[in-house]
Amino acid sequence: MNNGRKSRFLFTATCFGIAFLYVPMILLIFYSFNKSRIVPVWGGFSTKWYGVLFESEEVWEAIALSLKIATVNASFAMILGTLAGLALVRFGRFKGRTLFSGMISAPLVMPEVITGLSLLLLFITLKEFVGWPDQRGFTTITIAHITFSMAYVAVIIQSRLTGMAQDLEEAAQDLGAKPLRVLIDITLPLLAPGMLAGWLLAFTLSLDDLIIASFVTGPGAVTLPILIYSRIRLGLRPDINALATIIILVVAIGVLVAAWVMFRQQKQRELELSMSEEA
Amino acid sequence: MSQSIDYNDRPWLDPEAEPFIKVQSVSKHFGDFTAVDSVDLEIYKGELFCLLGGSGCGKTTLLRMLAGFETPSSGSILIDGVNMTDVPPYERPVNMMFQSYALFPHMTVESNVGYGLRRDGIAKEEIRQRVEDMLAMVELTQFRKRKPHQLSGGQKQRVALARSLIKQPKMLLLDEPLAALDKRLRVQTQYELMNIQDKLGVTFVVVTHDQEEAMTLSTRIAVMDLGRFQQIGTPTEIYEFPSSRLVATFIGNANMFEGRVTENGIDHVIVESKDPACSFYIDHGMSIAEGSKVWVALRPEKIQVSKQPPGDSNFNCIKGMVNDIGYLGGTSTYRVLIGDDRIVEITSPNLSRPKDGNPPIDWDEEIYLSWEASNPVVLTK
Repeated sequence: MNNGRKSRFLFTATCFGIAFLYVPMILLIFYSFNKSRIVPVWGGFSTKWYGVLFESEEVWEAIALSLKIATVNASFAMILGTLAGLALVRFGRFKGRTLFSGMISAPLVMPEVITGLSLLLLFITLKEFVGWPDQRGFTTITIAHITFSMAYVAVIIQSRLTGMAQDLEEAAQDLGAKPLRVLIDITLPLLAPGMLAGWLLAFTLSLDDLIIASFVTGPGAVTLPILIYSRIRLGLRPDINALATIIILVVAIGVLVAAWVMFRQQKQRELELSMSEEA
Repeated sequence: MSQSIDYNDRPWLDPEAEPFIKVQSVSKHFGDFTAVDSVDLEIYKGELFCLLGGSGCGKTTLLRMLAGFETPSSGSILIDGVNMTDVPPYERPVNMMFQSYALFPHMTVESNVGYGLRRDGIAKEEIRQRVEDMLAMVELTQFRKRKPHQLSGGQKQRVALARSLIKQPKMLLLDEPLAALDKRLRVQTQYELMNIQDKLGVTFVVVTHDQEEAMTLSTRIAVMDLGRFQQIGTPTEIYEFPSSRLVATFIGNANMFEGRVTENGIDHVIVESKDPACSFYIDHGMSIAEGSKVWVALRPEKIQVSKQPPGDSNFNCIKGMVNDIGYLGGTSTYRVLIGDDRIVEITSPNLSRPKDGNPPIDWDEEIYLSWEASNPVVLTK
């Protein structure tokens, strides 16, 4: 009896939870097929907004810019974040280590408006004194994104390095590998999954960012989030619904592929494990 | 000592022999903590030397200093006559086998074993040949394409051994080499390890907390406590002639009696203990002043049990009552109550099968414990 009530409660709670997460998205997808120009008024089924979207050069440019920034940002953030993580975990106690560690993680907790504002001030001051960057846009947004996403990468690398036994690196040294060789042969290959995770996280963070980008952007540099936001400001628009639907589709495919790959790896691992037990 | 010592087997007794490894008053401090406290050690070529001690006694720190992972706070380390104190691990003619084995998880067995040779820039063909020979020696040829996570514990151990031996080091350091294996495999691997060491003639330095392992494996044992050596000697010396109470109780079991020297003759010593009241007659002379406080250690297997009092019961004999019997098949352990609260442990072989299933000695039986005059060990510290 008690059990039945409990499961009914769980069932209801789960339904509400899922509804809370997915009803907005379903509404969005639903209205993207609305024939009417006024979003909340249903005017019949149509895919015309997708056509409008694909004809708009502005949208394509924004997508291209966002992907470009995200890729460059992720790559730099991965390299710098990995170096920072290595310095924090493997270099022992150096002078100013605690300060460095605190400064690395500061962007994680700093409000984005503050980060954005301070970076904007930096770029303006730099222009005043050095004459660079003469125009804000791709470069400034990328630099701004690297400063905060590298902190995330550093945290991932740090936790992975702490969990990684140091005796592997010692064993390589013992067998005649100099420190740089150990880094290339042992540390980096073992860090690779963490670095990939860091790259992906930095990529998403960059694609996602509206606030910092809108502070440090300049004329002509419109990222996808900035585009969506500026269009929405003038009222809900059906073509933006269509754009959002496409983004949801891409993300969903990405998640499914990742889950499938992980499932395959798991299977493979189990197979290998049972093989070693038989041996 | 007699003239017939074979110095090949016991180079430490040869006054002419030059030690292969010299540790000279080496200390290591971590902050306020002294892990290794000014130790001196000489290890000879071809030895299988054990550093034995409980956790935190400094044995692993000493091993890591030999490997080069830690630099001594003071003192120096010489290997084969060369001062290695500040030489980094990748330039030392020494290899180490890690307790965790530290196999590179992203490399196959083959590339794990060949890693050291590749770092030395040896020709590919030679590496292939040497890896093949080494894998054949540890009987892993068929597993050479596997990754470490596809191997069992014993196989991993052999890969680690092969990897650390392939560079033909002058000395192999082994950190708890058998700790991760189960009991049956451990005994088997112990003998394999000894065979390999014998075949290659490499000097082994083994760190272990397992006294049985140390006794079977080593030519000599150094018992460590609180960063210092308590005693260095062959397994027999350490067991039969411990130099202190700590060593006597750490290696095997010992019944310890506190007493005073009452007579110190040229060829014998007599020690009287109060609790339990007993006179120990020891059949060799010692340089201890009469009246000084000593401890007498008696190994459980060196005590005889009988139901009748032995011939001369003035010396080396106590009466007691059987409190507990542990039947182990080959031997039995008796815990005998002496007086009100003193327990003495005795191990005695079960030489014949008990008649009618009755044990030769039963619970709560009164028995006499006796021992030969050469068996007690007198300790002053």
